[in-house]
Amino acid sequence: MVTKLPKVPVVVVGMGWAGGIVSAELTKAGINVVGLERGKDRTTADYTMGHDELRYQHRTELMQDLSKETITYRNTVSGKALPMRHYGTFIVGDGVGGAGSHWNGQTYRFLPYDFEIRTKTIERYGIEKIPAWMEGLNDWGLTYDEMEPYYDTFEKMAGISGETVELWGKRTNPYPTPPLVKTPLMKEFEKAATSLGYKPFVIPAANLSESYTNPDGISRAACQYCAYCENFGCEYGAKGDPAVTVIPVAKQTGKLELRTHSNVVELTKNGGKATGVIYVDMLTGEKFEQPADVVVVASYVFNNARLLLNSGIGTPYDPKTGKGTIGKNYCYQITAGGSQLFFEDREFNLYGGAGALGIEIAEYMGDNFDHSEVDFIHGAGVRSTQYGDRPIAVNRVPAGTPSWGVEFKEKSIKYANSNFPVKTQGASLPHKENYLDLDPEFKDEFGYPLLRMTYEYTDNDRAMGKYMSTITRKIAEEIGADIIDTNEEQAPFNVNKDSNTHNTGGVIMGADPAASAVNTYLQMWEAENVFVVGASAFPHNSCFNPTGTLGALSYRASEGIQKYLKEGGILVKA
Amino acid sequence: MSEQEKKNSVLDKRSSRRTFIKNSGLTVGGVVLGGALGSLLVKDDKSTTTTDTHNHAATPTANPNVALMFFTPNQYQVTQAAVERIFPEDANGPGAKELNAAIYIDHQLASPWGSNVKDYRLGAFYKAEENQGPQTKMLRKDLFLAGLGSLDTYSNEQFAANFKELEATQQDEVLQAFSEGKVALYGNVSSSQFFGLLRTLTIEGVYADPMYGGNNKMLGWSMRKYPGSRIQYVTEIQDEKFIELEPQSLNSHMGH
Repeated sequence: MVTKLPKVPVVVVGMGWAGGIVSAELTKAGINVVGLERGKDRTTADYTMGHDELRYQHRTELMQDLSKETITYRNTVSGKALPMRHYGTFIVGDGVGGAGSHWNGQTYRFLPYDFEIRTKTIERYGIEKIPAWMEGLNDWGLTYDEMEPYYDTFEKMAGISGETVELWGKRTNPYPTPPLVKTPLMKEFEKAATSLGYKPFVIPAANLSESYTNPDGISRAACQYCAYCENFGCEYGAKGDPAVTVIPVAKQTGKLELRTHSNVVELTKNGGKATGVIYVDMLTGEKFEQPADVVVVASYVFNNARLLLNSGIGTPYDPKTGKGTIGKNYCYQITAGGSQLFFEDREFNLYGGAGALGIEIAEYMGDNFDHSEVDFIHGAGVRSTQYGDRPIAVNRVPAGTPSWGVEFKEKSIKYANSNFPVKTQGASLPHKENYLDLDPEFKDEFGYPLLRMTYEYTDNDRAMGKYMSTITRKIAEEIGADIIDTNEEQAPFNVNKDSNTHNTGGVIMGADPAASAVNTYLQMWEAENVFVVGASAFPHNSCFNPTGTLGALSYRASEGIQKYLKEGGILVKA
Repeated sequence: MSEQEKKNSVLDKRSSRRTFIKNSGLTVGGVVLGGALGSLLVKDDKSTTTTDTHNHAATPTANPNVALMFFTPNQYQVTQAAVERIFPEDANGPGAKELNAAIYIDHQLASPWGSNVKDYRLGAFYKAEENQGPQTKMLRKDLFLAGLGSLDTYSNEQFAANFKELEATQQDEVLQAFSEGKVALYGNVSSSQFFGLLRTLTIEGVYADPMYGGNNKMLGWSMRKYPGSRIQYVTEIQDEKFIELEPQSLNSHMGH
């Protein structure tokens, strides 16, 4: 039995950054919003026992319960996908705040090159630089200059700490707070990179460098460098998190009705529009229908695509013909080519850190260097970070050391405070056969098909990783260490090996309805009252953590939704 | 206390209950067995004679958390022997055995995690490609017990003795074979899966907060100069010199 509820103007699916920002902006404008979140409500008081590495990181306290829903994975279109039965390569947030509660806080803007990547690549290198398998590579439908005000708004709301970087797009305002501190290992990187002619900068962070009051009047304290960011919530509220910024603002308006434990399983529709959503109370199993004028799909990347596919909204992408859009251009993050430094007689205070604490160079990002002589496009940030090394997760030992026993124990203790990385974070560009669709066999606990991911690293990734390894090696050698291990090869993707949670695409934006699922307001071309907000809208992933761009797009979408409520219709001419 | 003094002391107090139990081998790695007393009284074989006077930290009065909620005494002893080879005692300090990693494992396998409650368990279990992650219907707690059983079976085949009775180098050989997936475990489940679980649980038992039963006296943390769950490092993180801090556990956050 489904209980039908009274109709509301806007229903938002998911209460992370995307859903939180949309809810805050709409309710501030006087619009009533119902927010549906599958997990529980959270405040900073939840994290009194937050420095528990086992509970939060290894038992994934803040993540979705995979017994109810997971993804299936295969590396080629001809393979059989099997379910990811426990967490490994990525972790999917749950509860109010979503991934915005457990993230590290590295907050970048994408490059001007990213938004016009196809045009600019062809301009500089010719069409032949884009291989046939990368035909889905496209401009985003708006430029960096058009995105800039939204980035500015997001950064002021979250209080991003950072310094202006010459090789990035122009800023109208400096970062709202100064960069985080430089630790001794960051100074080592800075010295070496500077002497090699690069211009290192401190990574922009949502871990506040000083106390800050944002334009909404939300005050937060400075980061204490406690080293419990990734996988953890911040008990100080120093880390930008929807649960301590936009969601309280939306609640204060009295216009947000936030329903937790409410898992949306389907969108209802009539003709070319959605009419609302069906959701299940995760504690009691009761089913509800929530009609709405506008449906904002703002859950995680995977579920955004899955909800549309399970609801029959939008045309599924077909890798054989390249036609259709839902599930298209799934991209990830390339981290090959790092060097690890080990020191015999130097110790760093590695127990301290912050999720966005680090230093980086921009010279190999995007098209900041000439790609004429290399067989890849785009690039990577080269960086050293100090997240804080927790002892279960981090046991770095020189290559060739066994993973257990006498030698492992000796070396893992010897180098526990005597190592650091010079690593890369590289762009992930679309491959025709890297995509998302519905699994033909495996279902969630309610009987809905799971999302199937078909993904493997590409030739572009492998060539880029190899190239970047020469750069990390050069910087590592300039720093000087007793042992330097450099990883030159990108290993095949493995769904159970830890890497990162920078999943993007599946419901991509663009200027052409045939090649994209949503326009630049993240409004669906095929269902004008559905806005799909999140990193699902990225046509590719740049060499950056995705949250800054996700946040900026969420502000742009909020503007679009308000416009749509007033005017109706498709907001951008195709 | 010298060996001779110990002997005298035992002779003097022959009538005391604790001494009686100790001499009868009715302890598990130094832990006196309460409930199992009756059944073990009739047994006097080698397998129960494992009193380890080295493990004084684990007396019931000192740490009531040191008790079994999952393992049998023998399973506990095999686990103790195995974790000690994964993370052995050395010049740095105690091994996983003294750190109570086997107690940690016992508690974890008894917990919902031991029964995979947050894992996806629906649908068929097919043979997986390497990059698809394990597709095993067997629960962690059952996999671990099957592994412990296989350790003994394989040890007897190779060295004609149970695992815990082998020399350290022999135990390493056995564990190496398990890690390479060379040993029959149970059905279609590889010994390398058991080894992976054992390795992961050992490291967790050495370094997780002591409230979980391992990392005895926070010595796992002390060995690598890890300060535990302190709440801020604003000064330390900027200091050129390494600053060693006394570790603090989550218990220090109570009352906040």
